[in-house]
Amino acid sequence: MWSIYWKEINAFFSSLIGYVVIGIFLLLMGLVLWVFPDTNLLNYPYATLSPLFDTAPMIFLFLIPAISMRAFAEEQQTGTLELLATKPVSELQIILAKFFADWSLVVFALLPSLLYYYTEYQLGDPKGNLDSGAIWGSYIGLLLLSAVFIAIGLFASSLTKNQIIAFLLAVFLCFLMHWGFYFFSKLPIFVGRGDDLVQMLGVDYHYTSISKGVIDSRDLLYYFSVTALFLSLTRLSLESRKW
Amino acid sequence: MSAVVVKELTKIYGEQRAVDALSFELNRGEIVGFLGPNGAGKTTTMKMLTSFVLPSSGKAEVAGFDVVEEPMEVRRRIGYLPEHNPLYEEMYVREYLQFVAGLHRLPNARQRVDEMIDLTGLKLEQGKLIGALSKGYRQRVGLAQALIHDPEVLILDEPTSGLDPNQVVEIRELIGKLGEEKTVLFSSHIMQEVELICQRVLIINRGKLVADALISDLKMHMHEGSRITLGFARAIQPDELKLMEGVNKIHALGDNRYLLFCESDLREQLFFFAAQKKWPLVELHREVMELENVFQELTLPTD
Repeated sequence: MWSIYWKEINAFFSSLIGYVVIGIFLLLMGLVLWVFPDTNLLNYPYATLSPLFDTAPMIFLFLIPAISMRAFAEEQQTGTLELLATKPVSELQIILAKFFADWSLVVFALLPSLLYYYTEYQLGDPKGNLDSGAIWGSYIGLLLLSAVFIAIGLFASSLTKNQIIAFLLAVFLCFLMHWGFYFFSKLPIFVGRGDDLVQMLGVDYHYTSISKGVIDSRDLLYYFSVTALFLSLTRLSLESRKW
Repeated sequence: MSAVVVKELTKIYGEQRAVDALSFELNRGEIVGFLGPNGAGKTTTMKMLTSFVLPSSGKAEVAGFDVVEEPMEVRRRIGYLPEHNPLYEEMYVREYLQFVAGLHRLPNARQRVDEMIDLTGLKLEQGKLIGALSKGYRQRVGLAQALIHDPEVLILDEPTSGLDPNQVVEIRELIGKLGEEKTVLFSSHIMQEVELICQRVLIINRGKLVADALISDLKMHMHEGSRITLGFARAIQPDELKLMEGVNKIHALGDNRYLLFCESDLREQLFFFAAQKKWPLVELHREVMELENVFQELTLPTD
């Protein structure tokens, strides 16, 4: 399983994918935090990183499907899936290896943003005057959110040989999972009759909750189950070729 | 003990029976050619043997392990070169072989990679990108990855297709060398090729086994038989030709021409038969059967 993991990591960094993903993420974050006037931290009345955590899901909505779209679509297109699947590794191992490889890339992209945390820490008046708990909570929320997005992306990628279709499908599903339920809850049939429950199905609800710095086991459970659900669907979709 | 046992193996895709109740056994240390026209079910059979797809019914055992019950054990003991030899284009030859060795969790990976590079003659290419290799070298990389874990059984799906004649010879020699200690099943649609490296051949057509014979037996059969081309000036009833004694099979070539596979030289009988029917015979030609014709006799559609 780890051979596949390292192969995927190597593939990110021997091609441009890895650098482009990290570069675009950091560039956009840098613009949001330090340049765009509406969200510029230097103009903020208090020290915070919340613009980062508000914008990151939107960037991940496009960036993560771009990372995960090739995972299985490319292997199916070139036929290399047949090579992998006839080696002594299970489908689940292949899926997990790709999942962790993609997740690692997201971690690599997030790591340099700790510098922003450090800067903001120094800029606080007095120094260190910022809600660190909320920031760490948000980082954890962002990591869990990206796990869900990657699982969705892998699932979309396993459905098709075409990377563009995999990308679009993943963006669509990620959007539905993240914000879709919030919008659905505004439908007249839900208002006042369980709209809160519908909202709880969305990733955004739990992301907001964890961003406050309170790590609630219900939120963790939500993230783990949604990730596991999409990874199992991926497995099902890969195994369907056998029938 | 048999290295591969296939019993009533069947694969149904929708309405189509891609493989239809196929049964055969391969003995240890045998090189067996797996022949059939395109779409006969060779690739599907191989995919079932390597546990890439599941059989609809029937059983297959490789090296004593059932492909459905214990796929991991099968995969550890099988070397597989899929059709069209898929490879990771963006990897380097040595890196790729290391990767495959890792998938097999080989303890002596580095040493095995070196051995494979020597065996398949990739020494000068080991530092190149796979995507930059010629087709012949790609095929060697494909063979190297199939061999790296020293498998008991080798399944090669059209290992020589798309190669130039020199490369074909090299790959054949390599397969011949491997067959000295391993069981090899390789598919092809070139009869001469099979004749050169195998002792035994399996021929399938439309998912069914139509011949399982030693090459030497097939040659016996072909010396007795003959292939006769008939041409008529106008349309005839080929069904009546079929009733003639000694005619095994008739294949229509179009323009009122027919190809007959006969047990012996029937030219004289055919001439009088046509005369009696008042069919104007304008062409009558006999060819000595070659292995290629045996293949045709077994797999051409009947008319």
